[in-house]
Amino acid sequence: MPNRTMTRGLGIAYAIAAAAVAAAPLALNAYWIDVLNSVGLYVLLALSLNLILGDAGLFNMGHAAFYAVGAYTSAILNTRLEIPILWTLPASALVAALFAALVARPVVHLRGDYLLVVTIGLGEIVRIALVNDVFGLTGGANGLFGISRPTIFGHRLTSRKPQEFLYLIWAFVAVTVFLFHRLEQSRFGRALNYLREDPIAAEGSGVNTARYRLLAFALGAAWAGMTGTLYAAKMTIISPESFGSWESVVIFLMVILGGAGSIPGVMLGAALVVILPELFRGFASARLLVFGLVMMVMMVFRPQGLLPYRLLRFKESDLRRAEDAP
Amino acid sequence: MEQFFQQLTNGLAVGSIYALIALGYTMVYGVLRLINFAHGDLFSLGAYLGLTLLTSFALQGRLGLALGLLVLAVMVMGLIAVVGVVLERAAYRPLRDSPRLSAVVSALGASIFLQNALMLVYGARYQVYPDILPQASIRLLGLDVPVMRIVVVLVAVVMMAGLYVFVQKTRTGTAMRAAAIDQDAASLMGIDVNRVVRLVFVIGPALGGGAGLLVGLYYGQVGFTMGWSYGMKAFTAAILGGIGNIPGAMVGGLLLGLVEAFGAAYLSLAWKDAFAFGVLILILIVRPSGLLGERVAEKI
Repeated sequence: MPNRTMTRGLGIAYAIAAAAVAAAPLALNAYWIDVLNSVGLYVLLALSLNLILGDAGLFNMGHAAFYAVGAYTSAILNTRLEIPILWTLPASALVAALFAALVARPVVHLRGDYLLVVTIGLGEIVRIALVNDVFGLTGGANGLFGISRPTIFGHRLTSRKPQEFLYLIWAFVAVTVFLFHRLEQSRFGRALNYLREDPIAAEGSGVNTARYRLLAFALGAAWAGMTGTLYAAKMTIISPESFGSWESVVIFLMVILGGAGSIPGVMLGAALVVILPELFRGFASARLLVFGLVMMVMMVFRPQGLLPYRLLRFKESDLRRAEDAP
Repeated sequence: MEQFFQQLTNGLAVGSIYALIALGYTMVYGVLRLINFAHGDLFSLGAYLGLTLLTSFALQGRLGLALGLLVLAVMVMGLIAVVGVVLERAAYRPLRDSPRLSAVVSALGASIFLQNALMLVYGARYQVYPDILPQASIRLLGLDVPVMRIVVVLVAVVMMAGLYVFVQKTRTGTAMRAAAIDQDAASLMGIDVNRVVRLVFVIGPALGGGAGLLVGLYYGQVGFTMGWSYGMKAFTAAILGGIGNIPGAMVGGLLLGLVEAFGAAYLSLAWKDAFAFGVLILILIVRPSGLLGERVAEKI
């Protein structure tokens, strides 16, 4: 049933977006290609946070911590053990997921706003740990450098050709969007939505809320971790200041501005939050001022986000088929 | 032993500043269930306004040190209260019935706006307060304690005690507590909830602005990003004490100040900022609603 995951309109929108990104190197200079690269990375981060914040309704404002864990895992494996950077993707996903499960375990039951502050705290603790060169592996405030560039089928990607990273990052985005749409409709996705809307009723209907919350954290963190790998591969240098609390706040904003729980909305939110300040460059140092103002105005006039989440609707035939399924 | 007492007084001074800021967070949260992220920036706005008024009017020269500072404090607190009320009207009231996260994002937008406005007006570099206070220290129990440290603690304690009496003993304070428990029931009892909210946005920002002035006078310099770090610590303090609970904010603030001072002195200076959050996580594991929080868990 391939056509159930998204409506036709959305499919067309994705096709246009994909064609636009694929054709971008023909029309844009290297600077804007690099902006598109960061859009891609932030789309991945925002989608991964959306699993936790949008789908499961857990206020996580420390997402950059998982991003950092992934980036550092890859960087350490690459610089110490000389494992090719893209081969470290599974490792960084795994380490980030385990880390998330470990730190979220004692706090997922907290009320929304309490969780928000605790996750800000966790993010800060991770950043401070990185600055203080924990385990002697993270290189302190200078971070890690000399991460090797990725090689795909014997072809080495270089920073002189940002369009190559464009395709790498956006291919990953495409896979992610497809998987997350599938996930949204799966038993897992529906359980997360249920516990967001009413955790008590969800628990009463046999959804193990604690377990699903942890899974949401772990999965979101795994994706943020893999995004960290891509970031490390692109930059070849990583340092703690790239993973501060501002970064977490920005990812959080993308999800809410775009429309929490809505995959196209979150992608739009990420794209706007990256691109708008670039367009405001004319305002120079006032661009964040304008950005803050835009946020307030947007929330006042469109509190549900740009492309709000809509409840999934199933056709009757789908339901009947589901009932007949073993 | 000397070091212990120095850190004790230092921690109490920093803690009372955290407590003053935390009161603004906890009062707003108590009534609106909103984390007012812009509160930290109102605090730094207070510090900068204090600097401007101090340098341009030189009140302490005309009115004498004590009276001059008092007038200065009243001016700063009044101005910040005005900003707070405007902020509530423009950025929060339209969102009162929206999803809670929209209000959080509006608050973050307000915070970014204020922070960058400060940067544009005053520049990105640290600003130094003029040296108007005597650098004296007094001997207390056999050790030298800077006068300013004692002043900070005393001022904070007086303001907090005043607030506590106001909230517990006056009619308006009772209305405030009622609105915090149940807005609908309170308005059925004839309480003007909008008025209560406005009052909260007068008192909270005024205390925060006062704390900003104290920080400027105590540390002698202010930066435009300090709102975020002080704000986060203060909010942590509010949660530690049990958010929505006024004595809780005071206890949480003082506790946090002491933890930081002792942690930095005896454990590790480099990890200073991590202690506050570490303690928060530990306490929330044991008591999910904070030290003095009694409100039962609500549905999210």
